[in-house]
Amino acid sequence: MTQRLYDILARHEADLLREWLREQMKALRSDLIREEELKQQSADFLRLLLEALRTGEEVEISGARWNEVRGFLEKVSASRAVQGFSPSQTATFVFSLKQPIFTRLRGEAKSADDLANDVWRVTLLLDSLGLFTTEVFQKSREAIIARQQEEMLELSTPVVTLWDGVLALPLIGTLDSQRTQSVMEALLQRIVETESDIAIIDITGVPTVDTLTAQHLLKTITAARLMGADCIISGIRPQIAQTIVHLGVSLGDVVTKSSLAGAFKVALARRGDQIVQSATAGGNGETGE
Amino acid sequence: MHGTTERVPIRTPQDVVVVRQRARTLAAGQGLSLVDQTKVVTAASELARNTLEHGKGGEAVLETVENGTRRGVRLTFVDEGPGIPDVNAALRDGFTTGTGMGLGLPGARRLMNEFSIESTPGRGTRVMVARWK
Amino acid sequence: MDRIPILKMGPHLLVTIQVDMHDQLAMTLQEDLTTKIEKEKSRGVLLDISALEVVDSFIGRVIGNIALTSRILDAETVVVGMQPAVAITLVELGLSLQGVRTALNVERGMQILAQRVDAERGARKRPEVRGARND
Repeated sequence: MTQRLYDILARHEADLLREWLREQMKALRSDLIREEELKQQSADFLRLLLEALRTGEEVEISGARWNEVRGFLEKVSASRAVQGFSPSQTATFVFSLKQPIFTRLRGEAKSADDLANDVWRVTLLLDSLGLFTTEVFQKSREAIIARQQEEMLELSTPVVTLWDGVLALPLIGTLDSQRTQSVMEALLQRIVETESDIAIIDITGVPTVDTLTAQHLLKTITAARLMGADCIISGIRPQIAQTIVHLGVSLGDVVTKSSLAGAFKVALARRGDQIVQSATAGGNGETGE
Repeated sequence: MHGTTERVPIRTPQDVVVVRQRARTLAAGQGLSLVDQTKVVTAASELARNTLEHGKGGEAVLETVENGTRRGVRLTFVDEGPGIPDVNAALRDGFTTGTGMGLGLPGARRLMNEFSIESTPGRGTRVMVARWK
Repeated sequence: MDRIPILKMGPHLLVTIQVDMHDQLAMTLQEDLTTKIEKEKSRGVLLDISALEVVDSFIGRVIGNIALTSRILDAETVVVGMQPAVAITLVELGLSLQGVRTALNVERGMQILAQRVDAERGARKRPEVRGARND
């Protein structure tokens, strides 16, 4: 059957392409894709489809013979996802090929039975290919969303350089496990990049700390220490202090300060720096050793 | 779903290094973050060493896995050694029969998303771990 | 058998680990260091692990042992350059390497070692004043 199908389609390839394009243009948004690009994609797909039909009997599209067709559909579907098409518009690429093929089959059919069989086989084939594009489309969209989420996470975790060798990480809002982990990784990365040996983690803007967050905090501090940097926690309010004690989390010998300024002073002292107000009005503050 | 499978024999200390390298390549190929890659490789190192030291040698099976859109790696360590009589004890931190710190199994479990172990004294041990992106 | 080279830098020893070590190599390093500290009467050991992408519980234990053994031989060990991913993983593994001094890089590590030597020299130079009391 496949051989017959191949023969019919191969003979009418040019017509098929033309009619198929017409069907697609009816349904597609012309602002999202150029006609030239659509023509090229359609021609390529038709060619690959015919090649797959030519080389064998089975129409199970997960087989090796259909690798190139699937690969091509993956590319088309992924690019449609990026271009902003909807899933059904993307599947239309495949489904709109049905009518032109059926028209050809009817023209060439020797019997009603043959026609019914052929139409059925083609329907099965194009349906599975169409569904395939939808799946790929879905995956691409999810990948895009995941990437956007990561970028947003990165933007919302600012690590600032307060001083030579002193970093500050002001944490704001409630910290969920995922965010805390990525924030902590960002801090450790900055420690390496800036060669800072002191990091002040300020939690003034964090209303509550749960066990998981407290544990992440501690793990980060331990990791920083392993790397050769010390952490100071600042902005611990009485409520959080109580929560930490209540949770049984031990801060060990981590220095804690109630304010970022206080932590900063400690950091400077450790480095042997201090900020001195100069006696002359309008003079620059100097740092002394 | 279709993925790759690689088998690495674990017979010498150098094989543990090979397992690390192959695990790294697999994890990186699946798009895991650097931190997650390191966790996979470190867990692989722990388990490979266990296979060598306690299991008297065996094999590591390294696979890439897909679950819908999620990608990951699955590592299975198999040996036909003496087996572990008390698995629960072995999974507690600090347990050791050898000269190690005993952090092998519980440590590896903490580093991965999935962990399972089967062991029959006299027959052997099989540990499976997986990490997802 | 391959070994990890140990460089002598004045009163200190410098070890840079560039390869993914198998267990035997790590243990040989530990032995070689002990021997060399003794032989050179070294005051400090700088262990540069900035190229190590994996530190598992065994290697972690070797590092800890190196620090311990050196201290017994009166040499201080500073481990420098641990990569963030490695640090995070070690903590997750449950290893904190307590008692091991760490620094961000070779430069800082050398500063720490030099400070110790200087401090000791300073202490030696200062004469012990046995008070002459004027009653």
